[in-house]
Amino acid sequence: MSSTVVLAIGTRKGLWLATRRDGRGGWDVTGPHLPMTEVYAVAVDTRARPRVLVGSENPHFGPTVVSSDDLGTSWREPDHAPIAFPPDTGTALSRVWQLAPGPPDEPDLVYAGVEPSALFRSEDGGRTYELVRGLWNHPHREQWMPGGGGLALHTVLPHPRDRDRAVVATSTGGVYRTGDGGASWQAGNKGIRTPFMPEEYPEFGQCVHKVARHPAEPERFFLQHHGGVYRSDDGASSWHPIENGLPSDFGFPIATHAHRPDVVYGFPLVADQRRFPPEGRCRVYRSEDAGESWHPLSAGLPSEGFWSGVMRDALCVDDSEPGGVYFGSRSGEVYASADEGDSWERVVQHLPDVLSLRAATV
Amino acid sequence: MLVTVFLPQMLRVNAAGAARLEVELDGDPTLGGLLDEIGDRHPALERRLRDETGALRRYINFYLDGQECRSLDGSATVLVEGTEVRVIPSVAGG
Repeated sequence: MSSTVVLAIGTRKGLWLATRRDGRGGWDVTGPHLPMTEVYAVAVDTRARPRVLVGSENPHFGPTVVSSDDLGTSWREPDHAPIAFPPDTGTALSRVWQLAPGPPDEPDLVYAGVEPSALFRSEDGGRTYELVRGLWNHPHREQWMPGGGGLALHTVLPHPRDRDRAVVATSTGGVYRTGDGGASWQAGNKGIRTPFMPEEYPEFGQCVHKVARHPAEPERFFLQHHGGVYRSDDGASSWHPIENGLPSDFGFPIATHAHRPDVVYGFPLVADQRRFPPEGRCRVYRSEDAGESWHPLSAGLPSEGFWSGVMRDALCVDDSEPGGVYFGSRSGEVYASADEGDSWERVVQHLPDVLSLRAATV
Repeated sequence: MLVTVFLPQMLRVNAAGAARLEVELDGDPTLGGLLDEIGDRHPALERRLRDETGALRRYINFYLDGQECRSLDGSATVLVEGTEVRVIPSVAGG
């Protein structure tokens, strides 16, 4: 079966789109789309006709969400702000950090995670959104504190089969779960150590960098913390460390394979105060046993002098078989692997720093 | 009373291509009131000038007859008949 892979590359100065037809050959790269906007959030929604959703932020004119139903040939956005805090909150949207399509059988349901930390929900395919009040009114919210990137709800993981269930993560605040469509939320941070807090294992306050969930095993999650890599097997309620075998416990992104629930990818950095790849070597780490062991992947990647990093949403997979894996760097390079990470090729270089990355077959 | 708003090139797409808007206002209008009126006509323009709390966007300057509004009363600055409002984005970024 022929297929085209679309790779949406969000950067600090706009969006680029790379496509590869029939799963082989070179990449066609177009851009910049939406020039001079910071693209922290991008999604390629394939539940109906392919739709690219982009959370873009113009430094002068503020944040918005735009969409394209023709893979970047044209873009549209509503006249009124697609995401805006209601007047009674006295709050203004400063950034869209995450755009997450809902379950496959709910093609109009899309979530947005934003800064300041809040969750919005769209019922019209991602064009307009409403605040999820249940999380906004959570008594913990006013005690969440901004991490280095701001007070951001950067991760939204809808349940693949149940529209009432979702998991979100915010920095710093931690993981929260709902089972009633967002009306109520429970903190899910048991076991995540916070060496930067007075209490070692608080109920909330964790600086979660990213969480990943596998659609085939929706109760299992992987989490990259600000120090510590964790797995949950109970629906993001409790966590245990799985960093043994990694060169460090620090990093930002974490992603699961599209089809193999035991396969997970990360990009370790040395430490909080040394945010560089260990030894200046560009390596993705893969576990094939749900984090019990890890192996570096470096074929085709820079073997030395790589002092860049990978942001929390700049590592992703596609749903091909075998699975495609992708990452973008803060130094504007994007690498792709068509064989689950065994070997890599550079898709593009010399872009602005890559903030977000999503791939899909269309 | 009538005031005139001059728009930079990059924002005209959000005002149906207009380079200037002539806006009729009642009472003792302020810059904020002017933006309310613009929001009714061109919401995609208004939300680029201020956020949903009504705060003026940091890198957008509003010159009222030659004086930037932040050296006056900000969005509470009172407008008078014939006021010319020039919207000028800051030179910012890298």
